[in-house]
Amino acid sequence: MAIFDEELSALKEKVLKLGSMVEAAIRDSVKSLMERDSDLAREVIKKDYLINALDVEIDEECIRLIALRQPLARDLRFITTAMKITTDLERMGDLAENICERAIELNEELMLKPFVNIPKMAEIVQGMLRDVLDAFVRKNTSIAYDVLKRDDEVDNLTVMNFNELLSFMLRDQKIIPLAVKRTYVAKYLERIADHATNIAEMVIYMCEGKIIRHMELSE
Amino acid sequence: MVEKKNVFEIRDFSVYYGESMAVKNNNLDIENNKITAIIGPSGCGKSTLLRSLNRMNDLIINCRVQGQVLFRSVDIYDKDTDVIELRRRVGMVFQKPNPFPSSVYENVAYGPKIQGIKKKSQLNEIVENALVRAALWAEVKDKLNESGMSLSGGQMQRLCIARSLAQEPEVMLFDEPTSALDPISTANIENLLQELQKTVTIVIVTHNMQQAARISNYTAFMYSGELIEFGATNTIFINPRNKLTEEYITGRFG
Repeated sequence: MAIFDEELSALKEKVLKLGSMVEAAIRDSVKSLMERDSDLAREVIKKDYLINALDVEIDEECIRLIALRQPLARDLRFITTAMKITTDLERMGDLAENICERAIELNEELMLKPFVNIPKMAEIVQGMLRDVLDAFVRKNTSIAYDVLKRDDEVDNLTVMNFNELLSFMLRDQKIIPLAVKRTYVAKYLERIADHATNIAEMVIYMCEGKIIRHMELSE
Repeated sequence: MVEKKNVFEIRDFSVYYGESMAVKNNNLDIENNKITAIIGPSGCGKSTLLRSLNRMNDLIINCRVQGQVLFRSVDIYDKDTDVIELRRRVGMVFQKPNPFPSSVYENVAYGPKIQGIKKKSQLNEIVENALVRAALWAEVKDKLNESGMSLSGGQMQRLCIARSLAQEPEVMLFDEPTSALDPISTANIENLLQELQKTVTIVIVTHNMQQAARISNYTAFMYSGELIEFGATNTIFINPRNKLTEEYITGRFG
């Protein structure tokens, strides 16, 4: 294999490593909330610097490859995609950290009501991330398009979750601080899904060379 | 009258050297006031195609052509074509700078003189004008009587461009014009081509893909005499349609 091909495959491995670190952070952040495990939440927060460091490392590698190898066509699209999705992955890591912060606060208080929407959302979001990384590795656009479609489910659950909590808040003002924190958690998951769709759009760009951001999915 | 969009229309055009076919049935349009780059591996026929546009191939024994090259709608391979006039209208600059062994002034004045311009003041004006357009005037205005061969490589190449410009060409063909030049002279020539593009249509053969990417509006990729892909330079370098093009420009050829 030519050196450049080796460099590209090493870059892909790094992006995947970042992806699996972010997957773990999201999984543990939700778990720390569901199982009221604040130690786990603190651990996720503590480890976020590793995600940040790898994000920077991947960026530097992409810039180096652009400068020194002057990639074109599919190589150029691959490297620009790696650079952009790394930013999305890093932001997902930050959101997992935010979930952990809210979990630590919520774990201090009594349970308001059992979690219903949040675990559902978490499951969809984690599936989206897993599949979009798979689409990236396999250069598979049909998986990527499928990920885009699932974003609506997450959006609907976010609204549903908010409405339920709102009715609680209207009945009892004392629970507002807790309810607001739970709406935050749902919002963080909804944002993670948005980043997953950004990645799906970049995978489609990488494979097909067309930018479908800000367009309606009509097929 | 509205000027036609295409300067050249190449139709089902083939070139043979003896029995071997160097250019195979190419179809290609060259647009007015644009830079069109032709890329492809050595021996792919790109220089042959370029030289066909002002019939430089006529000078090669055993070379024959088939099909049409329409220059402003007229087939240049028609038997009535005035080849000298064609080459005035379609100038050419080569890989290695080739000034005449005479002064800077004479190099540029040569063409207009042959055309019958004798008045000194008119020649002076043409020479200055061509040297200004070739971005060389400032560097040579005090040594117009020195030998053209005494200039640096980059300056000699711009002198050759000025020599061609003095003939007021409509099209200029460049066959790897910077492959013998250092990066600074190369950048000068590239800037110059982009400036000239406003008044002259440019076709350039280059081995340097980044050069094609930097300066051209359209890129043609040739392989083994065939025109594999032609399109906007953006498309060719970011998202080519053809697998061969992709392999060539990403350096994974063969």
